[in-house]
Amino acid sequence: MEYHLDIPAGKDEIKKLKVGDILYITGKIFTARDEAHHMMLEKDKDSLPFNPAEMALFHCGPLMKKTGDKWQVVSAGPTTSSRMEIFEDEFIEKYGINIIIGKGGMGNRTEKALQKHIAVYTAYTGGAGALAADKVKDVPGVYWLDELGMPEAAWIFEVKEFGPLIVAIDSHGKSIYRELKK
Amino acid sequence: MNFDDIKHGIVLLIKKAETELPDDVVKALKKAYEIEEGVAKIQIKAILENIDLAKKSQRPMCQDTGIQTFFVKVGVDFPNINKLKDLITDAVKKATVEIPLRPNTVDPFKGDNHKDNTGDYIPYITWDFVEGDKVFITSLPKGGGSENMSKLGMLKPGVGIEGVKDFVVNEMINAAGNPCPPTIVGVGIGGGADLALKLGKKSLLRPVGIRHEDKTIAAMEEELIKRINDSGIGPMGLGGKTTVLDVHIEKAHRHPASLPVGIAVQCWADRRAHMVINPDGSWEVK
Repeated sequence: MEYHLDIPAGKDEIKKLKVGDILYITGKIFTARDEAHHMMLEKDKDSLPFNPAEMALFHCGPLMKKTGDKWQVVSAGPTTSSRMEIFEDEFIEKYGINIIIGKGGMGNRTEKALQKHIAVYTAYTGGAGALAADKVKDVPGVYWLDELGMPEAAWIFEVKEFGPLIVAIDSHGKSIYRELKK
Repeated sequence: MNFDDIKHGIVLLIKKAETELPDDVVKALKKAYEIEEGVAKIQIKAILENIDLAKKSQRPMCQDTGIQTFFVKVGVDFPNINKLKDLITDAVKKATVEIPLRPNTVDPFKGDNHKDNTGDYIPYITWDFVEGDKVFITSLPKGGGSENMSKLGMLKPGVGIEGVKDFVVNEMINAAGNPCPPTIVGVGIGGGADLALKLGKKSLLRPVGIRHEDKTIAAMEEELIKRINDSGIGPMGLGGKTTVLDVHIEKAHRHPASLPVGIAVQCWADRRAHMVINPDGSWEVK
């Protein structure tokens, strides 16, 4: 099945998604890699300058360019999600994330958290950075750029029809990656 | 000799590598598109569209513009050998701003980003010396996701070449979707620990689809391609027929007690570009 969702997506919409489905999303997404995950888990939830629950989480360290005082995305494909496995279950619970975008798949802990909190992990084609950048319409914000540097900072992207995303781990306990390992 | 012009040439060399994939890789990806279906075909389609868009818009195809890695063959009669290292390093800094490249050099202790893609030992340059008066530079920007799947096996010689094959196949199955398959796998056999890994990395310079000149090694490359693709990992680890575009093997003589195997993995963005610098300072990027 192919779905086109506006973010934030409701529980019923997430429940409909099954592994192998194709998804395109429109709305806000934020980037977080190892450092941003680590930092956001240590911070007080109410002290954050943005609300992660209204956005999808994108495992990505983008290549950005500043023209005047405006940031533009040059290339922004996903980074390897398995590095975030050690943080993700706690992260999903703390921030109410229900769509994750990454590549390469995640493990057992994340699978369980996705099922418990009704969320999905979706795969975007790794390395397709120019194509992904083309779907980003605006960059309304960036946080912790000075402390963490360009790849690790939390970038907020306004995206339109961002995809194709493949639902790779769904909220019903199914994982494409686990099936393939058998 | 106009050093600023050579520096400009090296920036264009890096830009070519970052924005245009070599024809041999594109050809292999198009072949994969023909044989794949479903989710796997969607992945290859996105890759091919991305390659087109990056080339047309002259933007890096992947946001991970890599650790700047160069293989340089220096003609011993080239007049300004002593300038080459600084020229490459300065060109990397310039390319970071002009192309642009993602700042990718982080101090392992302090954690701070050097912001210009240089730092201790980086850019990473492998020097070789050859007859003649020209300089040949190959740019091979190396992404982190695929590099993280590198492996070194210090096997027991008793397991033989069959043991080497099993080691490579198992490691690539364990790597699954992480290194952005379909990948190109470079395997170095023999030498010592560092040489095996180096040979694996160097074998990635060989174009996709070109077999080793030694028939036994060529047959082993073909066998490994088949065995890894039969795993069904597929593009991006989402299932499919194409897990590797190629496997390249190089060997060195080994110590009687050791059988080192170094695996260097390259993502589908097998970025390579070449440059020749003539003794009068003129240059060509191709």
